[in-house]
Amino acid sequence: MTVQELAKALSLEVLAEPEPDRKAAGGYTGDLLSWVMGRAAADNVWVTIMTNINTVAVATLVDVACVIIADSAEIDDDVVAKAAEKGVNLYRSAASAFSLCASLASLL
Amino acid sequence: MADFVRLEYKIDGENFTSAGEASVMVKRNLRQMGFDPEVIRKVSVAMYEGEINMVIHAKGGVATVDVYDDRIVIVLADEGPGIPDIELAMQAGYSTAPDNIRSLGFGAGMGLPNMKKYTDEMKIESVVGVGTTITMVVYV
Repeated sequence: MTVQELAKALSLEVLAEPEPDRKAAGGYTGDLLSWVMGRAAADNVWVTIMTNINTVAVATLVDVACVIIADSAEIDDDVVAKAAEKGVNLYRSAASAFSLCASLASLL
Repeated sequence: MADFVRLEYKIDGENFTSAGEASVMVKRNLRQMGFDPEVIRKVSVAMYEGEINMVIHAKGGVATVDVYDDRIVIVLADEGPGIPDIELAMQAGYSTAPDNIRSLGFGAGMGLPNMKKYTDEMKIESVVGVGTTITMVVYV
């Protein structure tokens, strides 16, 4: 499933979608960045409430398919711009991380 | 000695938000050189953790990445406070990061363990009050 299809299926708000055809496989949720770097796999969907600029760096380095910000967490415009610049697909939802993961489990 | 390509970066210790720039550049360079994505992931995550440590604890430093045909050698050198007890620092969950860093999602005590996990060799040389040099090797 591509991230664009996934975003449509979950009615996600599109913040940055530089690589809409990127395939998503599996997922990970977490807000401690080193924990995510140690555990998440390439092509995962990463669900988090952490929205600072380091989130984009971690997403790039781990090579996740996309990041979904849960609980409508606030995010600065410069973080969104950085995601677009670095090729990181970034979405947001009002749903909780639990709820998003529950939905993702049936899609991925 | 085989030929190698050296990539060198100064890690800015004053600017926490730009931390990771060097790792992202290394990632891009390695991709251009055609390395396997998993090798690139290991090198860039290990280097990013080191970079973050240098920003949090040592006010920056210098990262040198030597790219050989069969291995990638990352050397992170700083003139920070040093690590008094390396064995303790290597324990997962042990952290001395301040609260403002924790609020950014770091300080989980996973940095050094991740660096070890993602590299094939890792050596820490540290002198309290003088600085720390970490050498990591990833086989290609």
